[in-house]
Amino acid sequence: MDLLLHGLKKAIEMILEGDPEIAEITLRTLEVSMTAILISTIGGVPAGILLGLSRFPGRKLLLTFVNIGMGLPPVVAGLWITIFLWRSGPLGDLSLLYTPVAIIIAQTLVSFPIVTGLTAAAFQQLDEKMILQIKALGATRWQLLWILMKEARLALLAAVIAGFGRVIAEVGAAMMVGGNISGETRILTTTIVMEVSKGNFEVALALSFILMAIAFLITFCLTYLQQRKRHA
Amino acid sequence: MKKKLLSMMLIFMLAIITACSGAGTDSKEKAEKKVEKRTDLILATTTSTQDSGLLDVLVPQFEKKYPYKVKTIAVGTGQALEMGTRGEADVLLVHAPEAEQKIVDSGDAINRHKVMYNDFIIVGPSADPAGIKGVPAKEAFTKLMESNQPFVSRGDDSGTHKKELELWKNNKLDPAKKENYISTGQGMGSTLQVAAEKKGYTLTDRATYLAQKKSLGEFDIMSEGDDSLLNIYHVMQVNPEKHEKINKEGAKDFVHFMKDNETKKTISEFGKDKYGQALFFLFDK
Repeated sequence: MDLLLHGLKKAIEMILEGDPEIAEITLRTLEVSMTAILISTIGGVPAGILLGLSRFPGRKLLLTFVNIGMGLPPVVAGLWITIFLWRSGPLGDLSLLYTPVAIIIAQTLVSFPIVTGLTAAAFQQLDEKMILQIKALGATRWQLLWILMKEARLALLAAVIAGFGRVIAEVGAAMMVGGNISGETRILTTTIVMEVSKGNFEVALALSFILMAIAFLITFCLTYLQQRKRHA
Repeated sequence: MKKKLLSMMLIFMLAIITACSGAGTDSKEKAEKKVEKRTDLILATTTSTQDSGLLDVLVPQFEKKYPYKVKTIAVGTGQALEMGTRGEADVLLVHAPEAEQKIVDSGDAINRHKVMYNDFIIVGPSADPAGIKGVPAKEAFTKLMESNQPFVSRGDDSGTHKKELELWKNNKLDPAKKENYISTGQGMGSTLQVAAEKKGYTLTDRATYLAQKKSLGEFDIMSEGDDSLLNIYHVMQVNPEKHEKINKEGAKDFVHFMKDNETKKTISEFGKDKYGQALFFLFDK
């Protein structure tokens, strides 16, 4: 129990003192995770809408893959990406391995299917009669899409929140493709793993509090956005 | 209301985008590029050099002197050597002489030099239920085999793991037959934690043990100071003629740096202020 309190104390100390290394790691974590979830959202939402609304051959198979992807273990994603990015691998010339970009790729790979899959499910759940009605009222395609997106807004944001949860919690792939390099690819989760293996439980705990605080703040914002309209 | 919501979302997105592009790497990278173009140098090394904190001191020194950005990948020696044979690293700092010799023989590594040494120690619960305190390593391993006290092994093909297997083998013992033989598959730090938790014995490098001692509780050195327990670190370049994309100059400079007198001084002083004793020692010549 003492350790928990010490950890919390240390976390507050670290934040108040503005430890430059911690600040840098925290900023990098935000930067990497936000970029990954942004890409997943920009790509995953339209893909999900397409999978949810339209009917085309191979759609079920595609959905199956997306749904498998939702459970893609980050270490598996990490391993594949590592092999692709190796100097001797197909993308070796880009020398992306052990860079923040590699972590963003890994995190996007594991969060994209979540955003896509949940968006697809949300749009499939929309009442078909309603869609017909909107069409009947003479809405253009874009107007229809806009109305439907507003209709599915709760579920859409839930998809983003779930994707973000995956991204911020991810450690296995970030360790593998990032290499936990000081000042370059060290993010909060990988630092926690390293500090634990060094036996610095206090520091690890402090970092875990910082990570939780960030996750809380961002999820809070997203949830606030999600729930806002209810009162309108 | 809707417009307000929309604008809020927009602001949020914009905030994310600016946070992503502005705050971080971009500006830093640009600044760095203006000063000088730094090429990356991938150093594959063992967890012990990182977990003990030695690299946190050496790498900045190297970067100050030479125009490279060192990317330290701290893994087990087995994986570090594998990265060398695949040409995924430029320079290696490892501690498994026998396995190193193999990749030198195969031509994957060149320019190999002794850097420093420390020693392995056998550690265990202070109560010492297996009764090996003060016993030489060879005998200690026989005793551990006979007792049913847990022995915690790295099990990750690291230098320490290789050493442990060598010690069993030299005693003509087969650890697979030992009762309570626990293989963690993790780094030295985590393995020490498991050993302390399970009240088991383990083989560790002295540096990691000293760095972790305070979080291990009633856990002490049992056997030490044996010639067979020497832990030797070598530095070597990955052969640029055998592998593409190797940072040849950087690797050469790093090997040179590790042999430098100033570096040697740093190594021999390292740990004295924090642990009251040095963690790594230099060779006389």
